[in-house]
Amino acid sequence: MSDWGMQKAALGERLAAGRQHARGKVVPIPSLGAFLTAVIRSGDRVCLEGDNQKQADILASALANLDPQDVHDLHMVQSGVVLPSHLDIFEKGIARRLDFSYSGPQAARIAKMLFGRKIELGAVHTYLELFARYFIDLTPNVALIAAVSADKDGNLYTGPNTEDTPTVVEATSYKNGLVVAQVTEIVDKVPRVDIPGDLVHFVVEAGRPFYVEPLFTRDPAAITETQILTAMLAIKGIYAPYGVRRLNHGIGFNTAAIELLLPTYGEKLGLKGKVCTHFALNPHPTMIPAIESGWVEQIHCFGSEVGMEDYVAARSDVFFTGPDGSLRSNRAFCQTAGLYACDMFIGSTLQIDLEGHSSTVTTSRIAGFGGAPNMGSDPRGRRHPSEPWLKAGAEAAPDADAALRRGRKLVVQIGETFGDRNAPLFVERLDALELARALKLDLAPVMVYSDDVTHIVTEEGIANLLMCRSKDEREQAIRGVAGYTEIGRARDAKLVEQLRQRGVIRRPEDLGIDPLDADRRLLAARSIKDLMLASGGLYRPPSRFRNW
Amino acid sequence: MEKLSFRLTAPRSAGGSRAQAIVGVVASGNLEVLLERNLPADVCTIDIATAAHGFGMVWDAVVRDFVARRSAGGLRISINDGGARPDTVALRLAQGVRKIEEPER
Repeated sequence: MSDWGMQKAALGERLAAGRQHARGKVVPIPSLGAFLTAVIRSGDRVCLEGDNQKQADILASALANLDPQDVHDLHMVQSGVVLPSHLDIFEKGIARRLDFSYSGPQAARIAKMLFGRKIELGAVHTYLELFARYFIDLTPNVALIAAVSADKDGNLYTGPNTEDTPTVVEATSYKNGLVVAQVTEIVDKVPRVDIPGDLVHFVVEAGRPFYVEPLFTRDPAAITETQILTAMLAIKGIYAPYGVRRLNHGIGFNTAAIELLLPTYGEKLGLKGKVCTHFALNPHPTMIPAIESGWVEQIHCFGSEVGMEDYVAARSDVFFTGPDGSLRSNRAFCQTAGLYACDMFIGSTLQIDLEGHSSTVTTSRIAGFGGAPNMGSDPRGRRHPSEPWLKAGAEAAPDADAALRRGRKLVVQIGETFGDRNAPLFVERLDALELARALKLDLAPVMVYSDDVTHIVTEEGIANLLMCRSKDEREQAIRGVAGYTEIGRARDAKLVEQLRQRGVIRRPEDLGIDPLDADRRLLAARSIKDLMLASGGLYRPPSRFRNW
Repeated sequence: MEKLSFRLTAPRSAGGSRAQAIVGVVASGNLEVLLERNLPADVCTIDIATAAHGFGMVWDAVVRDFVARRSAGGLRISINDGGARPDTVALRLAQGVRKIEEPER
């Protein structure tokens, strides 16, 4: 049986090759290129840690600077394709195949490279889906990760931005893969052990922190009155009647507006303690007023948010923190929490078609999915009841036997009928279909499928798709909140009015919402500075958000 | 500058007794709406001066919905538009009829 143990032997060879360039576990920065060339084999599956927030940026640059003669045909398996260097690796021919989840700022370039056949695409995943595949058929041979500090034994402190690291290390290290970490500094004793040192083979002292994108900061100054009206509709027409206590908010100004209306409008409606008590959510700065006024019991985070570190540490009754006092985030656990333990996902999108499919893909940009399709889907494996879940299930199938009827997760798409540069939110045909055809993909990149979405909210009203009984009703319910887009203007006015009589469509006037309340004075904070003041100075906004 | 005018039959007359109200501001992507109560109770006129050309069909749809859904009878409405999106126009019109029915403060 001498063939067993081949992977351990291969790891041993990599370790021996790496030690030539290291002192103990520590690789000096000048040797980084030679070190990576020694430990990475052409054809390896490599996880270069990076998601929508934290980035192993030093290791990314070093990898992109390798000679493709030495290292080539890598298969990159990583959450985020975010830094220019992530794509330079493909441009130079160091990597060939890609399985990923999110590509926000590189959306246009990644599309161009896919069209130019510079990248062989495996699939675009949700975070949780890609993490799952790390343990089944996409296990990395090498993981290049990022942490705040390490001791000489390789114990890692990841700080508030732990995010993907434990998942990546678990999959790689326990399956005979090699783990290399970049850290800001090497210390005698780490503040807390986020990753045990025996799973970490080498560390690189970068001398500066890894890059983090402040992705979840929304400046209240940019929230419009239409967004405020739309947020009022969501709170009064969905949060209140379903009693949504456990939820996830997507990224964007619509949900930021909701967060800032909780202490004002929500309070006026008497909803405190009845909605929005438990979140799977990053530490959004726009949550500060709601947290400070006692709305929120608990928040588990995917990652951190730049500038929120001290605030979170000072609010350990709400957030998960370690013995060192700082936030412990974990993307895999938080995505699982968002999938199974939340009753609602609400988020913005770019395009919604007449069936209710929605997508953030346009023909020239592939932004990926991140976590939205995971949170924005109905988990068929869920078995625990809750009031909103049961109520939504009953609306979808009123005649079914209650004891055998599945509940439904509330999956809400929210937005103004016209978005950025007057692009209509509602379309006949998703751009995603065109992209799938052009790239010969088996699947169009759809963010939220029609059979998962339960409500669409625009400034014109709420369409409750759970209560639609036919394809035609569904289409008219969508047209009925599509405002003055072409889709909206082509509605069957009589059928839309019937849907409104049945409560399938509800307008601001049906909910007793006064348009005069749609005023920026209703926001609990109207600027980044207000947020900072509301936090008692604990929130330290990044300089790009400081205009005073 | 494009000018559009509508004269519509209003199913419901405006509430309250205020003679006039003004909402919004003239700014890019925004609009100012002046409402004056000086017409027969079943008539609403809307005069629009807009910076954006070629959106007559959309204006037509927005003002017709507004008069059908809200209480706008008796109002002469003048709009000074800085290229606002239809959702902003609809919101300002709704705010205008609410404001004119509020007691003077």
